[in-house]
Amino acid sequence: MDDLLREFLTETNENIDVVDVELVKFERDPNNAQVLDNIFRLVHTIKGTCGFLGLPRLGALAHAAETLMGKFREGAPVTTEAVGLILRTIDRVKELLVELENNVGQEPVGTDDDLIAPLEALAFGPPAPPEPAPAPQRKVSVGTLSDQVLERELLPGEDSLDEIERAFREAEAEVPRPKPVTKPAAKAPPAPEVETKTEAKPAPKAEAKAPVAEGDEQGGSGKGSVSSQSLRVNVDTLEKLMTMVSELVLTRNQLMEIARRQGDTEFKVPLQRLSNVTAELQEGVMKTRMQPIGNAWQKLPRIVRDLAQELGKQIDLEMVGAETELDRQILDLIKDPLTHMVRNSADHGLETSEGRRAAGKPERGKIRLSAYHEGGHIIIEIADDGRGLDVARIRAKALENGLATEAELEKMSEAQIHKFIFHAGFSTAAKITSVSGRGVGMDVVRNNIEIIGGTIDVRSVLGRGTTFVIKIPLTLAIVSALIVEAAGDRFAIPQLAVMELVRVHHKSGHRIERIKNTPVLRLRNKLLPVIPLAELLGTAEPEGGASGVEQGEQGFIVVMQVGNQTFGIVVDAVFHTEEIVVKPMSTLLRHLSMFSGNTILGDGSVIMIIDPNGIAQAVAHSATLGSGEVAGIDAERAAGKGNTVALLLFRAGGAEPKAVPLSLVTRLEELPVEKIERATGRQVVQYRGSLMPLVPVNERIEQREGGTQPVLVFSDSGRSVGLMVDEIIDIVEEQFEVTLASEMPGILGSGVVRGQTTEIIDIAHYLPMGFKDWFHRRGAMQGAPERRSLLLVDDSAFFRNMLGPALKAAGYDVTLSDSAVAALQLFERGAMFDVVVTDIEMPHMDGFEFAGHLRRDPRMEGLPIIALSGLCTPEAIERGRSVGFSDYIAKFDKPGLLEALKEFAGIQQEVAA
Amino acid sequence: MTKPIEAAGKPADTIQYVTVRIAGQLFGLPILSVHDVFMPERTTRVPRAPRAVEGVLNLRGRIVTTINMRRLLDFPDATDTLQPMAVGIDYKGESYGLIIDTVGEVLALDSSTREPNPMNLDPRWAQVADGIHRLDSELMVILDVERVLSLRQGAMAA
Repeated sequence: MDDLLREFLTETNENIDVVDVELVKFERDPNNAQVLDNIFRLVHTIKGTCGFLGLPRLGALAHAAETLMGKFREGAPVTTEAVGLILRTIDRVKELLVELENNVGQEPVGTDDDLIAPLEALAFGPPAPPEPAPAPQRKVSVGTLSDQVLERELLPGEDSLDEIERAFREAEAEVPRPKPVTKPAAKAPPAPEVETKTEAKPAPKAEAKAPVAEGDEQGGSGKGSVSSQSLRVNVDTLEKLMTMVSELVLTRNQLMEIARRQGDTEFKVPLQRLSNVTAELQEGVMKTRMQPIGNAWQKLPRIVRDLAQELGKQIDLEMVGAETELDRQILDLIKDPLTHMVRNSADHGLETSEGRRAAGKPERGKIRLSAYHEGGHIIIEIADDGRGLDVARIRAKALENGLATEAELEKMSEAQIHKFIFHAGFSTAAKITSVSGRGVGMDVVRNNIEIIGGTIDVRSVLGRGTTFVIKIPLTLAIVSALIVEAAGDRFAIPQLAVMELVRVHHKSGHRIERIKNTPVLRLRNKLLPVIPLAELLGTAEPEGGASGVEQGEQGFIVVMQVGNQTFGIVVDAVFHTEEIVVKPMSTLLRHLSMFSGNTILGDGSVIMIIDPNGIAQAVAHSATLGSGEVAGIDAERAAGKGNTVALLLFRAGGAEPKAVPLSLVTRLEELPVEKIERATGRQVVQYRGSLMPLVPVNERIEQREGGTQPVLVFSDSGRSVGLMVDEIIDIVEEQFEVTLASEMPGILGSGVVRGQTTEIIDIAHYLPMGFKDWFHRRGAMQGAPERRSLLLVDDSAFFRNMLGPALKAAGYDVTLSDSAVAALQLFERGAMFDVVVTDIEMPHMDGFEFAGHLRRDPRMEGLPIIALSGLCTPEAIERGRSVGFSDYIAKFDKPGLLEALKEFAGIQQEVAA
Repeated sequence: MTKPIEAAGKPADTIQYVTVRIAGQLFGLPILSVHDVFMPERTTRVPRAPRAVEGVLNLRGRIVTTINMRRLLDFPDATDTLQPMAVGIDYKGESYGLIIDTVGEVLALDSSTREPNPMNLDPRWAQVADGIHRLDSELMVILDVERVLSLRQGAMAA
């Protein structure tokens, strides 16, 4: 494509975006002559350039729009209809531009009479006969304003050519007149006439390579004289510069370190100078990457305007701090989330005009977008004065989605409940409109923001409005980090996440206390969970617990905040803060969620950069464990065995505790005893609009006369059964093995939980007691009379005992295998199965390797292999896909597993049929 | 069998291998895949990394992830105090170092004398070996660098 044309395209696209914004502004403030002049000039520039490049269709369109705007300039009333029409025209121009780009400079065939006619109709009243677009303004460079002769009468309202030309000349004023001279004379002969520009093809090439030579983008961007001071640089060039500067910073840091060690040397002074220059250079290059956040907002006024029309609302969009700058990489990443949130505010946040009137608010709703710097990050707020978040509805939805129990919700503050909107699949909109609810929820927004190390929060007052607060780092490339040491290794913690440092000393006010092995820190009336970094990372000394820090004698606690989670990380030493250049880790290490990257320190050594989000997750995960146990369990996990299981402990008939995997339990209820009724010899309760049978765990449980009856509710396929127990004790997360199998019905076996022998109950035994046809029904629903064979591979006896009966009950012929090796031997001996379900973390051969083996065997083609894993990170799932797993399911997600089995085993049946 | 054409210097069917020794066994790496050879120094260990990953280190401004080949190939860790060597490899734009015991000479071998992996080769080895060359004195296992580096976490960890 012609360079000239390419430049025209980029520039026009930019101009058009500006026109979009300006027009919306204009619609609201029709008396602002300056805004109108701006638009007029921009459109005029487009028209002028079109004539220049021989683009009649675009030119005619721009001309028609311009004519109408000319009327506005003369004081014609500005109507929504008229602005809408011009906006549609602008849209058409955009379409044409896209076509132009795709078709290498050829205008698409077609007419725009559908737009031009109404434009002219509006401009001149009755439809005017089509008129030719004015000839391209070639005389612009001549510099004199000779009288123009028009062959016809000036149409009413049409600018005289002189006037148009004056406007045009104004618009072009920044174009350096002797432009051809700036081009290399050797390549193209000096061409005094502007007309020759189109022919002077070789020249623009040089132009593109050395944009510095041009004082201005050609054609004049029309943004005023400031833009004539700017130039376009390829983003890649900037990226490369940034990398180079990063390297320079590292080298500088290294040199400084050497100089520090060597004491007085003659290098000191020049080195200091080098250091200063490097710092300035770094700052300068960083600045080139900075862009005003307004760039990401540019399309918003138009979007809001269109939305307002579509939804029949009146919306003012206020934008404050558009000039706030941030790294363009981040800018790109937040553009979409921001747009989505503004849409959300307009759609869900604001009421309709009637609604607002009824609520005693001004009819026009307001969305306020603001940005400002605070410390090393930028804060963006999206506020509306709409109806606010409906706590009751969020609460109901959270309950419905099983995100929290009623009891938990009861204890939550409003702010905590508001945060549910960031959960996946959570739309507060009662109905899905075309505007939002298109599958992009706030969870996606939150994810996108967290990816760039930011946080999002929401404040809302019912009936008063909602404010979202986004906090993001200024740049991703260079971060300020705190260097700490734990178990002999140094790590960098991004300052952004660090709230404060607390020195722990047995003599000082701060010391680590323990609540049954869980270390906590008292900090200003708050109890903070603390966990040694070395334990989180699994680098603690094997004898553990023996170091000074462990005993709460000395050390430092780095208090970190991630989202709304505050916790302390215990480290052995804190060094200094350093500006570090984040470098990505190699692919081999990228799955480590604890680290976000690595970098080279001033002393030349490599250091791992802690990812606060990963640490927060690990802390949350270990919160239910005594911290002392973490290392042990991790060690075992690394060795490929064991898994922690969340167990619900309860008492039923007798003092000894019983347990059931928490994930199998749908809800815990305390039902008033008087609500329990008897029907056909069974105990039932009215529960959520239907009758739920209640089954006692055994005959020995207390018969209650009053008060409440604790019940564990199990649901499957829309039916629920309540299991009556004496007392719900606790939820524990522990590594668990069934050590003694049981002959007793209803008991899978027993093992040790929290040092006490605990019976694990067999849900499969109780469910049919509620509904006789519980399992038959399921089988019938699947419409599969013959049983399909299934191979379950898991090294944990507990899981085999747990899942085996459940799968059998669900209609599968289950074969159990305690290792991948044994399973392969089964296959060797010619055993065939319809579907394989395998654990991932197993000794000797893990699930990935096992699946790999199966996939290489041609006999196993099409055999569905389903992975079961306690580790369900996106990386693990991705990896599972790549080795050929048909599906990847979290351990204990029984419904998920059955669903997947139905899908895959079902498919295979069809294939076989 | 095609005879190598000596006159052409590097005949098309001759491959040059950098030979290395890991726990006494001779391995060959195609010379084209080798970036440099260096002594790994000041390695930073990476917690929670796969077991075979030794750590990360700074090699002339680049961050290199080093892989302990002894662990990868299921050999016991080296007991002697010899300074280990590393073969630097660029793979998909990332820098890796394979830590081995010693680096030997460069051998030009006729690719037609390459033999496939024996059937009974340790499966762990079979994953990374790209055939065997019978040298006069011993056998040389060809290391497929790509396969070493594309080994998944599980295989690295076990």
